[in-house]
Amino acid sequence: MLAESIVIIGVNHKTAPVAVREKLAFSGDCAGPLVTLMNIEGCRECCFLSTCNRVEVIFVASDPAAAAVAVRGFLFAKSGLGDAEAQQFSYLYQGKDAVTHLYKVAASLDSMVVGEPQILGQLKQAYREAVEQKTTGVILNRLLHKSFSVAKRVRTETNIGGSAVSISYAAVELAKKIFGSLRDKSVLLVGAGEMAELAAEHLVRQGIGRVIVANRTLERAVKLAQRFNGTAVGLAELTTQLAEVDILVSSTGATDLILRKDEVKPLMRQRKNKPLFLIDIAVPRDLDPELNDLDNVYLYDIDDLKNVVDVNKAEREKEALRAEGIVAEEVVKFGQWLEGMELAPTITAIRQKANTIREAEVAKTLSVLKSLSENERRSVEMLANAIVNKLLHEPMVFLKNSTPHDNPQIKLAFVRQLFGLDNESSEQ
Amino acid sequence: MTLLFQLTLYLYLLATAVYVAHFLSQQKKVRAVARAILLVGGVLHTVYFVVRYVAAGHTPLTSNHEAVSFFAWSMTWAFLSFWWRYRVKNFGVFVSPLISLLMLIAAFSSQEIRPLAPALKSNWLPVHASLAIMANGFMALAFCGGVMYLLQEREIKKKKFGIFYSRLPSLEALDTLNQHCLTLGFLFLTLGIVTGSVWAKQAWGAYWQWDPKETWSLITWLIYAAILHQRLTVGWRRRRAAIMAIVGFGSVLFTLWGVTYLLGGVHSYVG
Repeated sequence: MLAESIVIIGVNHKTAPVAVREKLAFSGDCAGPLVTLMNIEGCRECCFLSTCNRVEVIFVASDPAAAAVAVRGFLFAKSGLGDAEAQQFSYLYQGKDAVTHLYKVAASLDSMVVGEPQILGQLKQAYREAVEQKTTGVILNRLLHKSFSVAKRVRTETNIGGSAVSISYAAVELAKKIFGSLRDKSVLLVGAGEMAELAAEHLVRQGIGRVIVANRTLERAVKLAQRFNGTAVGLAELTTQLAEVDILVSSTGATDLILRKDEVKPLMRQRKNKPLFLIDIAVPRDLDPELNDLDNVYLYDIDDLKNVVDVNKAEREKEALRAEGIVAEEVVKFGQWLEGMELAPTITAIRQKANTIREAEVAKTLSVLKSLSENERRSVEMLANAIVNKLLHEPMVFLKNSTPHDNPQIKLAFVRQLFGLDNESSEQ
Repeated sequence: MTLLFQLTLYLYLLATAVYVAHFLSQQKKVRAVARAILLVGGVLHTVYFVVRYVAAGHTPLTSNHEAVSFFAWSMTWAFLSFWWRYRVKNFGVFVSPLISLLMLIAAFSSQEIRPLAPALKSNWLPVHASLAIMANGFMALAFCGGVMYLLQEREIKKKKFGIFYSRLPSLEALDTLNQHCLTLGFLFLTLGIVTGSVWAKQAWGAYWQWDPKETWSLITWLIYAAILHQRLTVGWRRRRAAIMAIVGFGSVLFTLWGVTYLLGGVHSYVG
């Protein structure tokens, strides 16, 4: 069976710890690996994907079992692990399972953070390099293209990449809902902890205008401020700064509240009611919970943000189920195409198509020529029959004759295209 | 002519239904369909006014049916013109029901063409009436923006993210929309009052005679003037501005109907 010749061998964050993954260490372009892989005996097509969470080889081989051992050997060549261990840390999918796996990878259902969009770009890049090295053929070309369109379908038909699933990202998303663009906005970091740093990183990536750091020890504040091209101030300046900034991220180790409602209330007038987004990621809390009661002040503490994330995660899981439905549907479609990619079904399909046309045309003609005798009618039918058979003769011979150097798939794909047998809009 | 009006009404209702469908499904194609329907409705509505103008022989802005229908017309075109330069996510689902509602009110008012009252025979009629009603159109958009702001703000404040959070634009965008509509609406309102006053001077010899409609227009004008002034000085923005846009629109509606039906006065032949 043709389907069984499609194989995926790989290592990802689920099957191997980072200690193993980093030993495989493929960096730079895929040209080297692709050449090595194509030299494996019986390997007809291949594509090589390497990201920080996964390394995968997608290939088509005439003798899949033998090729699999060789491919695994290649993957683990630098790790110093034997084939038994290598098997333990890697996965092998064949046929329909391989197609399912690839579709899931493309649609980001197999990612560490389900729904993150980078993987599709990485897969496209891997395919591009494989095409440049001419290591893909009829089957992988179609399979990869299909995987891209499946990913697109999943993205448009489900809400899988919809909402933030990390605390700092949830905070950024909220900030955008309040302020729209963050470009001309500023953030004040109070306390220079790791969480504050992470949140600031996200905000900077989203293009926040200005970063100000306030910390008990000014030295640490200066250090962090430098990282984000910002300014450092002492904690005493908190309220002065608060009259200006738009977002405040608080993460001090203080045991008591550092900002109370009646301290901020007069500031709001001074701020001309510009909204203020307060993010309290400290435990115990830094900011007075009652601050949220002030007009145009939005206070989120760590639990609020966690709730947002949990809701979003649950939502993603629900969407992932729907996405798997789409994947299953598409795998069946690909299976149908693959089945057609054999000699016998192709010949049957051509004959069927020709016969349908012949029957329809004969019926149409005979319905007009009502005066014909039985004999004359039979002649017309025979005429049509003869034309169809003679016309199909050469293509059939071309299909059945195979010289050893021919790639049967290319021939099949060509003939199927010529006769329009896979009449399904093919997206390139 | 009645058929033309009915057709416009049905198109607006259909556009509303499709906008709601888009709001729930968030499919871009559905939105394009809704917008196209609304656009066709707006064009037919324009044709309807032209036909009515020809049939009546005077500017058709003198009955309640005509005034409310023109109100809906100006909302539609103000909204569609926004789409050209200034887009607000899911604005249509809030605007289209209000347009439809106005059209329903117009549909249930008398559609009869009455001869023009002698006092209204003036070139000021089309200028004054259309400016005043177009102001209403923009105030109605500001009202929709205000409602959207409060809905979105509520979800962010309460930390309960329901149907609106992901679908409505950011608070900032809604606040800008508010300001945008109020500024334009205020401009039209001012021009409407000024032209009305000039016309009054010509017709009755006095710029201002404290007719109830005039009084209430002035109250409405003062409310909007206060909103815009306070926004610039002490920062009546955001939530308060949204609430004020809703309050101001209440005053607009009272000026339109409340005055006519409850208080009477020289404008009462309108309606």
